[in-house]
Amino acid sequence: MTEYVVRFLVGGAVVSAFAMLGDLLRPKSFAGLFAAAPSVALATLGIAIHQHGSTYAAKQTTSMMAGAVALAIYSVVVCQLLIRTRMRALPATLLSMLIWLAAAFGLWAVAGGQS
Amino acid sequence: MTTPIRISPSSLREGRWYEYVVRFVLGGAATAFAGLVSSRYGASVGGLFLALPAIFCASATLIEKHEIRRKREAGLAGERRGQEAAALDVAGAALGALGMLAFAAVFSLTVERSVSGAFAAASLACLCASAAAWFARRKMRAAHRAQRNSGPAMSGSR
Repeated sequence: MTEYVVRFLVGGAVVSAFAMLGDLLRPKSFAGLFAAAPSVALATLGIAIHQHGSTYAAKQTTSMMAGAVALAIYSVVVCQLLIRTRMRALPATLLSMLIWLAAAFGLWAVAGGQS
Repeated sequence: MTTPIRISPSSLREGRWYEYVVRFVLGGAATAFAGLVSSRYGASVGGLFLALPAIFCASATLIEKHEIRRKREAGLAGERRGQEAAALDVAGAALGALGMLAFAAVFSLTVERSVSGAFAAASLACLCASAAAWFARRKMRAAHRAQRNSGPAMSGSR
């Protein structure tokens, strides 16, 4: 339980720091780069190395590559929903989570998955 | 071409305290969730969730809301402008995802040699890849705009 509380606090702090950095920067498209900063990864990988070793963290980041490509696809889809269908930000970002899940697991499976 | 990147502290003043709490909670929850998935289904599945766009819904909604508020204060309906502002941020995130990809690739290749070196090299790769992608896109858009603007003038001179 303590481990998850630590993860929550560290993750919340790192994600908030990157989000505030993004708020400070202009233009908005440049600030958006920080929305995709590997904040969850930075918070998680240190704990993963401490608990399981560097091989475990290497395995996590190999899969993370599929997640990152899925994130690019997700961002393009959200952008199109906002501009072309004039959907509001909350439904567009939530609905596109399905695209992220499908793309991430699809790419992961194509790349060999668990093997 | 001058660098248009600047710091604008005014957007921090626009934020409400609960908006920061929402982002903290979502970020913390995403990190705890990634850990939970890793311990339940293994490092490989858990690794996918290190790229989970968990706070996107909060960030994009806040940007949209701030833009709408700003336009309403100026006596305008700001819905469309709010969507455009959120879309701009998300377009930046698509380029930032390339940085995240570079982070993951460099980290996975270097972590077994040096942990601190892996964090430093991966963070640097992330910053360089996303900034390079952003500048390349900006340059391409500027070239595209110049071509479009010169198009009718050229045909007119013929």
